[in-house]
Amino acid sequence: MDAFIELDGVEKVFDVRRRTGFLRRERRQVRAVDGLSFTVARGEIVGYIGPNGAGKSTTIKMLTGILTPSGGRLRVAGIDPARERTRLAHRIGVVFGQRTTLWWDLPLIDSYRLAHRMYRIPDARYRENLDRLVELLDLESLLEVPVRQLSLGQRMRGDIAAALLHDPEVLYLDEPTIGLDVVSKARVREFLGELNTERGTTVLLTTHDLQDIERLCSRVMVIDHGRMMYDGPLAGLHEAGESERTLVVDLERELPPIDVGPAARVVRVEGPRQWLAFPASESAAPLVARIAAEHPLVDLSVREPDIEAVIGRMYADRETVVPGARNS
Amino acid sequence: MGEKGRARYGLREGWRAYRLIAGMWIRSTMAYRLSFAMTLVSGLLVTGLDFVAILLMFSRVDALGGYSLPEVAFLYGLSATSFGIADLVIGSAGRLGSRVRDGTLDTLLVRPAPVLAQVAADRFALRRVSRITQGALVLAYALAATDVDWTVAKVLLVPVTLVSGAVIFGAVLVAGAAFQFVAQDAAEVQSAFTYGGQTLLQYPPTVFGKELVRAVTFVFPLAFVNWVPAAYVLDRPYPLDLPEWTAYAPPLVAVACCALAGLAWRAGLRSYRSTGS
Repeated sequence: MDAFIELDGVEKVFDVRRRTGFLRRERRQVRAVDGLSFTVARGEIVGYIGPNGAGKSTTIKMLTGILTPSGGRLRVAGIDPARERTRLAHRIGVVFGQRTTLWWDLPLIDSYRLAHRMYRIPDARYRENLDRLVELLDLESLLEVPVRQLSLGQRMRGDIAAALLHDPEVLYLDEPTIGLDVVSKARVREFLGELNTERGTTVLLTTHDLQDIERLCSRVMVIDHGRMMYDGPLAGLHEAGESERTLVVDLERELPPIDVGPAARVVRVEGPRQWLAFPASESAAPLVARIAAEHPLVDLSVREPDIEAVIGRMYADRETVVPGARNS
Repeated sequence: MGEKGRARYGLREGWRAYRLIAGMWIRSTMAYRLSFAMTLVSGLLVTGLDFVAILLMFSRVDALGGYSLPEVAFLYGLSATSFGIADLVIGSAGRLGSRVRDGTLDTLLVRPAPVLAQVAADRFALRRVSRITQGALVLAYALAATDVDWTVAKVLLVPVTLVSGAVIFGAVLVAGAAFQFVAQDAAEVQSAFTYGGQTLLQYPPTVFGKELVRAVTFVFPLAFVNWVPAAYVLDRPYPLDLPEWTAYAPPLVAVACCALAGLAWRAGLRSYRSTGS
């Protein structure tokens, strides 16, 4: 396997100083990343998830050379990011969902023109990339608009284009769909999928949105307290987290809780509406068929497990040995 | 790449990035020429008032600390012009603290250019030339009106002092920015040193107490921006009875300040990259 990103026992320890009294300060060491090891091959799309404060952003910051690791070995494209930050910058693209890399008060196109010169992108290549990105991300009408006037979704698309003008080999996305509406989310996901298939760009994506992962990632890594909890396919995550989907059924009238044996259990009843939980690894079809056959059904919907719940369950049950996890 | 090669590469890349970013802001400013022209004129008037205050003072007295009006104008012109240049070139670095606070510093660290060049060139404010122009006008008046026995050395010392002064102020601005890596709210403290120092230098050293002059000479060497070289040009007693050769010291002081500011910046950036805050 051509390991493009390599981490071996990477650690990041922060000294946190806290005021505890008038002049007393307490010093405490926080291990944001604690012995993290993984590799990502060229061309992979990997979802990187975990609760807030799990160490996701810290990992991304070490991978981009913003932060220097406290220990362990880290390589991206054979480069040590902390030592050769500017050399690495030519080969990576970064999108921070929460803050923009665009020049805030200037028209969008200015950010691209500057990147053209700063990254020394050959003219023909720049024009070709810009045209393609403008078309795919629908930016034509926004190029002359100052960045501060763009909506969140527009800005995100603008940011993604800026991160890709110099043909980076790897793209880091930190919460790229946070705060976006459904249409914008779909557009961003579609674009990232195409980018990966057509250009072979390696993508590392941190997100809270399980759908981002489902649409894009063949592999997902879960981290908590700076340690790897799970590394493998998404389906395995559901099993590892023993996650459940929810079937919401609207019956014709108020009825006692539906009994379908061990296949599902009713978790909530509200008038004619009932909520049934069933394992995420099972198909909903037989369950729906059985309920429809035995009960007066008006309407139904299936709710996917939310990522926090899946992960939460996983943390609650740490003793479980999960495939690919390097820490137990 | 050796340490030296790396440093030279950093300087070259930094200067290149600086020009690119500053150029972008200048083009953006120039898109509204009329508004820019008006900003310049009003800037000139406002900074002009600053000197009017000194003129008013001289309508009551003939000398200030033994310095005549053209002589004070000489001090003022050197200080205001060199500070103006430093502020134009590198003043934006003073916003580093807010960048650390809101996390936008990270976005600079993922670009292939030195961070200092990026923060210094950000929002490059061409309107700051109004202060330089005003300072230069006062300096021109001073040169025309003072009764100086011009020698080659004195003539050469004026531009050398101007450039050295700008570099010293620039180093102070960089050091102040570096300090903001550790104390993000230190922008005010920095202003006290830069703007305060600049105002201080507009008056002759003879009006201040010895302790203050000593501090401004040895601890925080702003005296070399104008006081010491001006004493030579104007044939005045040197502050603190410094030896005569110190009049030629401004370039050396400037280089030393740059080295210290550079070290401070590197230490600040290193601490940021190890703590992330």
